[in-house]
Amino acid sequence: MTQSTLSVNAPRSKGFSLNTNQKAFLLFLLILGVVLLFWEVGARLGWFSQLMPSASDTLKEFWWWVSNPFFDYGPNDKGIGWLLLTSLRRVILGFAIGSAIAIPLGIAIGLSEVASRAVDPFIQILKPVSPLAWLPLGLGLLKNSEATALFVIAITSIWPTLINTKFGVSHVDHSYLDVTRTLGASRWRTLTKVILPAAAPYIVSGLRISIGIAWLVIVAAEILVGGSGIGYFVWNEWNNLKITSIITAILVIGVVGLVLDRLFGLLQTWVSFGQRL
Amino acid sequence: MMTTSHTTPIGMTSMSSSAHLSIHNVSKTYFGKRDWFSRATRKATLDYTALDDINLEIEPNTFVSIIGPSGCGKSTLLNIIAGLSEPTTGAVFIDGQPISGPGPDRGVVFQNYALMPWMTVMDNIRFAIETVNPKLSATRQKAIAQDYIELVGLRGAEDRHPHELSGGMKQRVGIARALAIDPQILLMDEPFGALDALTRGFLQDEVERIWEQQRKTVILITHSIEEALLLSDKIVMMTRGPEAKIAKILDVPFARPRHRESLDEHPAYHELKAEMELHLSRETRAVEESRIRRTTKVDA
Repeated sequence: MTQSTLSVNAPRSKGFSLNTNQKAFLLFLLILGVVLLFWEVGARLGWFSQLMPSASDTLKEFWWWVSNPFFDYGPNDKGIGWLLLTSLRRVILGFAIGSAIAIPLGIAIGLSEVASRAVDPFIQILKPVSPLAWLPLGLGLLKNSEATALFVIAITSIWPTLINTKFGVSHVDHSYLDVTRTLGASRWRTLTKVILPAAAPYIVSGLRISIGIAWLVIVAAEILVGGSGIGYFVWNEWNNLKITSIITAILVIGVVGLVLDRLFGLLQTWVSFGQRL
Repeated sequence: MMTTSHTTPIGMTSMSSSAHLSIHNVSKTYFGKRDWFSRATRKATLDYTALDDINLEIEPNTFVSIIGPSGCGKSTLLNIIAGLSEPTTGAVFIDGQPISGPGPDRGVVFQNYALMPWMTVMDNIRFAIETVNPKLSATRQKAIAQDYIELVGLRGAEDRHPHELSGGMKQRVGIARALAIDPQILLMDEPFGALDALTRGFLQDEVERIWEQQRKTVILITHSIEEALLLSDKIVMMTRGPEAKIAKILDVPFARPRHRESLDEHPAYHELKAEMELHLSRETRAVEESRIRRTTKVDA
């Protein structure tokens, strides 16, 4: 049985064989083709709502936005590059503020069991809160939409980084600490030369989750706060009933999110030195 | 008690600083949980005495191996000497001074190497030198580190990170790091336990070669009879735990430098080996039997 199956298959696979990557890429193209075809045919035959543009129109619009990213004809008519830069600036600033709180605090509670237990209830209660619940509070406290956006991003970026930093600092391999003890290293030297580098992969993986969430939240925050940025653009184009622009924005937001994630992925490999998390 | 004086080793001139170590009445008990909460939740545990009244004198420039069945508290004893763990009773003295914690007068070689993955071979060793001797100039630190890298035969691997090294190479870095701070006593906790047999034999030969140059006081924890016979001046045989004690101390009279191939030509070799094998197999059998009895008791 096996013999005959082998002899039948062998000559066939000789002329044309694909590795896993190539097969996956072909399947990817196939799925993409089917989706686009369904979309195009459906839009032309009126299967969806009247607002739904066809795939070909959307692709044309998409290309128009992407090929000309930096124009500026006033506050409500900017190229997608400017919109992205505005949003990225907010995310990076808010993320930096959040991380500047989360990393030192994480180190402190990672080093002290007492502090860790004392702070834990706050973390447990505040962590599951939707970032958008903070928005009205921010508006009320700061009375400024720009500052509120940063506030929401900062709050959101705190939790994963804080929890990961704490874990990394409190779970440093005990033998590293034994080495520093036998050498008689000071607490400061142990912290800077051993504990922090040992915790770095965990800290960076926390930052990676945080930046991903921050990028998720910026769109919603800009829709609510308004004014500028890619989130505001999505809402503005919805008011203009320009669905093609919304789909373009969705794809661009996805690509930027992917790039941010990959950048932190690289940073993670760079600080890991062959350790696996 | 180790009181018999050993013949003065040759090559005293190249000898580095070394110290007399004495262990007085050292016991170690891990206290169980017996508060009302643990009892109520049936999590109460009994006290466990790992070491019971250990007394040992180790002369300067002696290579001592401690051998015993697994779980006999060998590593606990080494951690107490290193100062990483405190004895419940008794004390450890170095040149008459009681130790009060870990310190750079004792270099430790760890079983799992304990190299910092983010530091290169050079940086791992320099970290130790700089910690112990922060006032040394950077060039001097680097020169010392380079000397020890060459001593353990790792020239050319200075800029590699630990994950790029084999287990044997990692432990050489571990040995170089422990020696680079010029400790008076070198403590080795089953340093070759995680290595394959060939690498293990090779590193034992390396340690023998290095010891001929340095002649520090060394305490080596090991499971291996051949390792102990090849390297040691004295072999301390321990009884099984709990309440492990020193069963017997053997003198190893073979001339140095020693070679693995010719070691068994010495008339005393087979006698010593047989005695150790008898002791270890008896103790190990007793450990296994007590474990079997314990499990059956739980089942019943």
